[in-house]
Amino acid sequence: MDIATQTETAPPPPPPATTEQQRASRGATRPGDRIFLGLSRGSGIVLLVIMAAIAAFLTYRAALALSDNTGNFLTTFEWDANAIPPKFGIAVLAFGTVVSSIIALVIAVPVAVGIALFISHYAPRKLAVPIAYVIDLLAAVPSIVYGLWGALVVAPNLTGFYSWLDTVLGWTGIFEYQGGAPRSLMTVGILLAIMILPIITNVSREVFLQAPKMHEEAALALGATRWEVIRMSVLPFGRSGIISASMLGLGRALGETIAVATVLSPTFLISASLLDPGGGTFAQNIASKFNEASEYGRDALIASGLVLFLITLLVNGAARMIIARRKEYSGANA
Amino acid sequence: MAKRIDVSGLSAYYGSHKAIDDISMTVEPRSVTAFIGPSGCGKSTFLRTLNRMHEVTPGGRVEGKVLLDGDDLYASGIDPVNVRRTVGMVFQRPNPFPTMSIFDNVAAGLRLNGSYKKSELNEIVEKSLKGANLWNEVKDRLNKPGSGLSGGQQQRLCIARAIAVEPQVLLMDEPCSALDPISTLAIEDLIGELKERFTIVIVTHNMQQAARVSDRTAFFNLAAVGQPGKLIEIDETERIFSNPSVQATEDYISGRFG
Repeated sequence: MDIATQTETAPPPPPPATTEQQRASRGATRPGDRIFLGLSRGSGIVLLVIMAAIAAFLTYRAALALSDNTGNFLTTFEWDANAIPPKFGIAVLAFGTVVSSIIALVIAVPVAVGIALFISHYAPRKLAVPIAYVIDLLAAVPSIVYGLWGALVVAPNLTGFYSWLDTVLGWTGIFEYQGGAPRSLMTVGILLAIMILPIITNVSREVFLQAPKMHEEAALALGATRWEVIRMSVLPFGRSGIISASMLGLGRALGETIAVATVLSPTFLISASLLDPGGGTFAQNIASKFNEASEYGRDALIASGLVLFLITLLVNGAARMIIARRKEYSGANA
Repeated sequence: MAKRIDVSGLSAYYGSHKAIDDISMTVEPRSVTAFIGPSGCGKSTFLRTLNRMHEVTPGGRVEGKVLLDGDDLYASGIDPVNVRRTVGMVFQRPNPFPTMSIFDNVAAGLRLNGSYKKSELNEIVEKSLKGANLWNEVKDRLNKPGSGLSGGQQQRLCIARAIAVEPQVLLMDEPCSALDPISTLAIEDLIGELKERFTIVIVTHNMQQAARVSDRTAFFNLAAVGQPGKLIEIDETERIFSNPSVQATEDYISGRFG
């Protein structure tokens, strides 16, 4: 029926829809649709159930441990969870986890964004492909290998750099170096930076490659240099991608266990200088104490795990907020 | 301000494929020149050689000369970045920077060229938006993102952005093909005003548009798909549309093409 005849004759009133027709209009009667709907809905539900189960398990065991704790869970600088009565607190772990992860991000994000931009916008294709491949390879190295390399190669070679940091920035107190084995939070941070570099690089590169050509051309046509094109069109477009990539990296840094446990010489002290050996992180503490822990001790470790879980949730939530706040200006609505 | 363009013996390539072959023409200052021709005939490619945007495409290279008041744009030692600051461009799809406000979009080119006082910047942005017939529509929301405007407004924003840096030449690559008839009319009126100050070259698929806005019209054609595009003829627009000297032009404008 063409449009002309449609306008001439009034369309007959639609017959009342039967339930079968309604179902057909929703498209759920075809077996393929039904199977796919079941699969996707099922996966979604399984995910939620797993999250809830983890949270419930952590909370339940943590509550058991906390009811017996004679120390302050948040401020005690001790971990005597096997003692009777137990006394433990997460202050040192929280500090160590957050600080080492921040160091890792501060080092890794600029480097990763630089590498990603080089691959996506500077390097000739002949060079870009092998570099991208090497970066992928970096992600495939097991963390215990990073840990061994960090402890045996990186850490001993950092003394010179730390002495230099001490002479330049030692007055701040944060970079004071007393000498000795550099098995400090700074070393852990540097190692973590190398470990999270691939994921941040890869995600950023993907986003940069998707930057709309028409905005790059707009900048070029105004007489922008290559760097100005990147600043005006690629980086603003990639902003939320860089944030997501950093959060993925941060998630890995916060939870990294074996590499940290291998490099750090754990103590239950918070030191003003990042270069002083010692400190600890949640994951490292759990890994190194779990085998010799008593029933109480395990519950205490699980309580610390719950805190790590919450910190990770908070970080992700904050990242989402940052991304959402600039939505109006994002390239999505262009 | 406006400068004359002299093109001689210009060919452009994508890798080993020759896209346009041996084009020579002259574009007078303060005039509108329209490029018409079938899709793939190289008119957009040719336009992009006039501000050295063609070589941005991977494999893109150019042979021949483009003189802007006697200075060869392709002479060795000429920085393409400086060429593009002199020869502005408006694209087929409106492309304001989505992360920038309306004000910042217009000021973007100025900020590349140097530092301006806030008051100077305000003045130039207002003048450019007025020049693009957009000022009255956006003056109360200069800090809102440019991507919130309608398509026609966005295209006029892009024109304001291009003229803010006072280019010698303004290139327009099918500036109305993504717009509705009313927005198209607004842009065409604007082109009539802008030619008082700039040399304008416009690529268009719309022959009525070429007839309405241009002083001179160039017809491009290609012998077959895969063959390089050639300039068939360039003449006064009136002559091209009433009494062209080449049969192919007449066939094309009267619809007896292909």
